[in-house]
Amino acid sequence: MKLDLKWRMAAIVLVLVLCIFFVMPSLVDDLPTFWKKNARKISLGLDLRGGAHLLLQVKAEEAVKNSVVLTAGDLKDILLKEKIRFARIEPKERTLEVVLLKAEQEGDLLNIVSRQYPGFRKLSSLPEDGRLKITFELSEEEAKRIRENAVRQAVETIRNRLDPEGVKEHDIVAQGEERILVQLPGVEDVEHAKEMIKRVALLEFKIVDREHSLEEALRGNVPPDSEILYTSKVDPRTGRRMRGDPILVKKQTLLTGDMLDQARVEFEYNMPRVAISFDSKGSKIFDQIAEANVGKELAIILDNTVYSHPVIKQRHYGGRAVIEGNFTPEEARDLVVILKAGSLPAPVEVEEERTVGPSLGRDSIQAGIVAGLVGSLAVVIFMVIYYGTAGFIADLALALNVLIIMAAMAALRATLTLPGIAGIILGVGMAVDANVLIFERIREELRAGKPFRQAVDAGFSRAFSAIFDSNLTTLIAAALLFQFGTGPLRGFAVTLCIGLVANLFTAVWVTRTIMDYLISQRRVVGVGISLASG
Amino acid sequence: MELIRQDLNIDFLKRRRLFMGLSALLIAIGIVSLVIKGGPDFGIDFAGGLLIELRTKEPASTGEVRRILSEKGFKGAIVQNAWELGKASGHDFLVRMDLGEGKPEDLSQGARRALEDGFGKDKIEIRRVELVGPKVGKELQRKGTWAVALALVAILIYLAWRFEFKYSLGAVVALFHDVLITLGAFSITNTEIDLPVVAAFLTIVGYSVNDTIVIFDRVRENLKKYRRMPLADLMNKSINETLSRTILTAGTVFVTDLALFLFGGGVIHNFAFALLVGIVAGTYSTVFIASPVALFWEEKFGKKKLVPARP
Repeated sequence: MKLDLKWRMAAIVLVLVLCIFFVMPSLVDDLPTFWKKNARKISLGLDLRGGAHLLLQVKAEEAVKNSVVLTAGDLKDILLKEKIRFARIEPKERTLEVVLLKAEQEGDLLNIVSRQYPGFRKLSSLPEDGRLKITFELSEEEAKRIRENAVRQAVETIRNRLDPEGVKEHDIVAQGEERILVQLPGVEDVEHAKEMIKRVALLEFKIVDREHSLEEALRGNVPPDSEILYTSKVDPRTGRRMRGDPILVKKQTLLTGDMLDQARVEFEYNMPRVAISFDSKGSKIFDQIAEANVGKELAIILDNTVYSHPVIKQRHYGGRAVIEGNFTPEEARDLVVILKAGSLPAPVEVEEERTVGPSLGRDSIQAGIVAGLVGSLAVVIFMVIYYGTAGFIADLALALNVLIIMAAMAALRATLTLPGIAGIILGVGMAVDANVLIFERIREELRAGKPFRQAVDAGFSRAFSAIFDSNLTTLIAAALLFQFGTGPLRGFAVTLCIGLVANLFTAVWVTRTIMDYLISQRRVVGVGISLASG
Repeated sequence: MELIRQDLNIDFLKRRRLFMGLSALLIAIGIVSLVIKGGPDFGIDFAGGLLIELRTKEPASTGEVRRILSEKGFKGAIVQNAWELGKASGHDFLVRMDLGEGKPEDLSQGARRALEDGFGKDKIEIRRVELVGPKVGKELQRKGTWAVALALVAILIYLAWRFEFKYSLGAVVALFHDVLITLGAFSITNTEIDLPVVAAFLTIVGYSVNDTIVIFDRVRENLKKYRRMPLADLMNKSINETLSRTILTAGTVFVTDLALFLFGGGVIHNFAFALLVGIVAGTYSTVFIASPVALFWEEKFGKKKLVPARP
């Protein structure tokens, strides 16, 4: 028995040490590095630290429609080149109608489409006033791919726009099929963030500055009329676009995307590239630039990222140019969509916004602490008054319970929210229930005339099933809440669940061990009633 | 210290018709209020809409805020004082608007600008903006209903497995009693049901049942001890024996929740309110509803012999 008690006490000390290890970083800043490395601060939810939560709806079907429209434009060019004569090419939602003047050219058309646009399938071909109307339909797989791409692309574009350097704690992820969840801790100007998200993509053309040293500029001596931008490359592991090498470009914007007329994907040696052409005004400006900068590099910049910087080889381009940038075919296509639509691949709308200002966040923490202190103190004092020594032991168990919740939050990297704090406070009220059940039972047994030790035994063993039941029913409800809950509410479910599970350990096991220890020292543990009355 | 004398023996079941009638009356009042008001008063989380909490540097009035908004074309705004510890500070206001026709985000931006322009940008602080579009609102409604329904079903299954039918029935009636009373209280006090309130409902569901289980646990134990005692007396005995625990536990949870209600701030005010009502209703139903219903069933349909479902 004695050895058993020692082991149990050792286990409790171990748990205590572990808890302190995980909780300390949240309380003290100045800790040895190995400690900080292995235990993180408890992260606070947006409702406590302030920030914005945005749920965006991506109108991904628009990207599908756009894609059909784009294909129609491309197909026109190809048919003209291939001398296939047509009356009209008309995009309709997901279908594309091509009316050929000569029915015998149908085979050529089908060849071209199946080679260039494998996503399209022939739906029907019907004679129409001596001509042949052929209807193609975009396959569901292709449409799905486009939609998924649109969402993925939107996630990356938004990430890029809000945090080009990739240093902020933004959390931008796709949610479900057509939604993007944007969480911006600490962001105060939400309207600005929203404008950034919805902004039309900015396409600019600037000259690369090779006259000054890039190294020198990176050291901080940036020439006054130049700036450092970064190229974009694809991370081979994740397939995501990321920041590439720095490059020095002249600040002056020579030409912007609003003079863009056409953009489409071309293939050269199987490498996709994006061909663009300008309107008449843009063409003139473009040629002037070429004239003045022959031999220099022209940076093609989208949202401050340099996509490519080809050398200007000729003086006269006639308003047509090509962007090469190690694109995958999908990326080239997405870039075209962006260039043409002038914004995200598909429009986004804000479906949900929850912004908490920093002052409210601070107030909420304050309120949580005050409510917690008042509530816990009331419970703690009550337990001591009502149950005497045993009540004090229960209070110790309660303190350990709260400590375990905090440590588990830190160790599991869970987020503490205001409802989460409410869960901890409410948990304090619920946790003592286990001890109340046990102590009431011990009192009954004492009154029935049992000696103290046996009364304690009986109290713990008989109360256990009720404790287990009551924790389980609340746990069922809390688990469902976790399933249902979004953001802050999950925090409530998390702290409540951890608290209930820890409660079985602290209220039953720890209380029992402490009481056993005191009994082994031949001390009588008061449970708040004088035995003479029993 | 002892609150409840050990030899206490209140006959809770004698007046069970009175208590059941009282509960039925309270629930009926709640339902009437719900019907008159056309259903529960859903907050923007479920109905969709815009909520702005603002703080003004200079003291202002709800009328002033309303005037500024309506001058900028936001006519239907509901403006209230944000209550802190039961009194209005004169600086904190809650503005609520319905979605209307346009895009949700235009509403949020417009209302924000209207307030900033009307008061002067450095004269107010927008402390909180919550905008819920119609789709998300419907989704949350659906998910919330499902969560509460699933919790009820899960607990039903648990009870059915754990207890004989009549006890499960008693616990479930008590459960619905608590949820209905709380819903009624929300309707009568014109308190909005927002997202955290669903969390409160789930907690009430879990909490209410565990209180009942403790008593039924005792009934089961006593059934073995006193085989010849009539069920009514046996239940009474069990309720009395556990009464001290019932009151103490309800007391500690109530006190902690009261602290949340008073000091926890506006964001979780409705949540704490739901729990306050739920805890009181839950404790009441544990004593006055659950056992009487079980007894009622036994008297109407019961066999003579009483056997616990599981030893």
